[in-house]
Amino acid sequence: MDRIPILRMGDFLLITVQVDMHDRLAISLQDDLTEQIVRYNARGVLIDISSLDVVDSFIGRMLGNIAAMSRVLDAQTVVVGMQPAVAITLVELGLSLPGIRTALNVERGMQILRAETARNNPELLEEEPVAGPDGMV
Amino acid sequence: MVRASLYVWYHADNCGPGYGIKILLRDFSPKAKKGRPIVTNSALSAILRNNESALLNAWLSEQKSIRNRSSISDAELQQQSREFLQLLQQAVTESGDLVRGDIETNAYRGLRRFLEEITASRTQQGASPSETARFVFSFKTPLFAEIRSKMPDSVQQIEAFTDITSLLDNLGLFVTEAHQKARESVILRQQEEMLELSTPVVKLWDGVLALPIIGTLDSSRTQTIMESLLERIVETGSEIAIIDITGVPTVDTLTAQHLLKTVTAARLMGAECIISGIRPQIAQTIVHLGVELGDVITKASLADAFRIALQRSNYAIVKRTATSSAARA
Repeated sequence: MDRIPILRMGDFLLITVQVDMHDRLAISLQDDLTEQIVRYNARGVLIDISSLDVVDSFIGRMLGNIAAMSRVLDAQTVVVGMQPAVAITLVELGLSLPGIRTALNVERGMQILRAETARNNPELLEEEPVAGPDGMV
Repeated sequence: MVRASLYVWYHADNCGPGYGIKILLRDFSPKAKKGRPIVTNSALSAILRNNESALLNAWLSEQKSIRNRSSISDAELQQQSREFLQLLQQAVTESGDLVRGDIETNAYRGLRRFLEEITASRTQQGASPSETARFVFSFKTPLFAEIRSKMPDSVQQIEAFTDITSLLDNLGLFVTEAHQKARESVILRQQEEMLELSTPVVKLWDGVLALPIIGTLDSSRTQTIMESLLERIVETGSEIAIIDITGVPTVDTLTAQHLLKTVTAARLMGAECIISGIRPQIAQTIVHLGVELGDVITKASLADAFRIALQRSNYAIVKRTATSSAARA
């Protein structure tokens, strides 16, 4: 079974959804992500859904759940690159995803994550987060 | 004989009062008993075929006498009239035996299409429905005159008049309906164009979009507005969008809900929305209706919203003082 790769960038985890999110994939992503947040003590999670053009209520709820779980594990979640059609669908479904930070693209999303982490953990301000040697986890 | 009696029944079933006399006339008429040919399509078809040019000329002069402000040229009118005559004759020849008012049959397909075409072109030229329908109705006079001269028998004449009247009436009604449809399609197209035109998304600054809404917000319009705003957000990479509702006459719960949906959708994509241009009356309505705007930033004027937008994008507006401009000079 294929899985959605989770990349580690310093204190942050980067998830790029490149395939159609079906329900089982979403559940396995949830499992993997929570596990990795704990393992690497991640401060932030960035989910790039710019290639996702179809969502249903389940996937919408999964995004909300992932954000809530990350928050419990003390990691900020930023969802970036949502397509207009996806945004309209989620709003029509009544899923406004409260508590999720959003950004237009990965770059802005990383800026938000850095700013948030710096504010919450002032001791990290001195050094920039550095990516692991391989990047892939 | 069989056909004659069937014909009587057809009329007795379908027509209003006054036909009893006709049936009596027919039954006591000596010719009817001999199986005299009644008005059939072939008779009408023959009249149309044999007297085409005479009919056409009479019809054209009739049309010219009643034409008032129509912009159709004589040549065009003549060409249209000739084509109508030919198609009518063809349809009449093809359609069964008796003259009936039923124009929905296959035989009349060509004629119907032709009428639709000329109606559409006349509608575009601004003809009124009655002007368009008169094209068909004016054919009655020359045709009746022709029948009067070709059929000496008064009973035959009356029957022919009845049948042809019902046929031409139906064609006239068809033209009126086609006119209506053509108008409706024009209105529909204009509505769509207005919808497109009424939702411009303008770029105020790098990363700042403005969406001035003018007119009432209904569901379909909100959908268009939402889509165009979100598309532009992606296109320009703007992080702030100002929705200006100065031109929205009233805000009810539904409108407010639509606005909030747009704001939420933009937020999901990573852009922030500011609602501006809230007039005092609308502010009161929003509070009275108990509409919860949540954490949406609202400003009274577009200028205030723009100032906030610039602040958020780390721009500062600095007024040049007299000393600094003097220093520059």
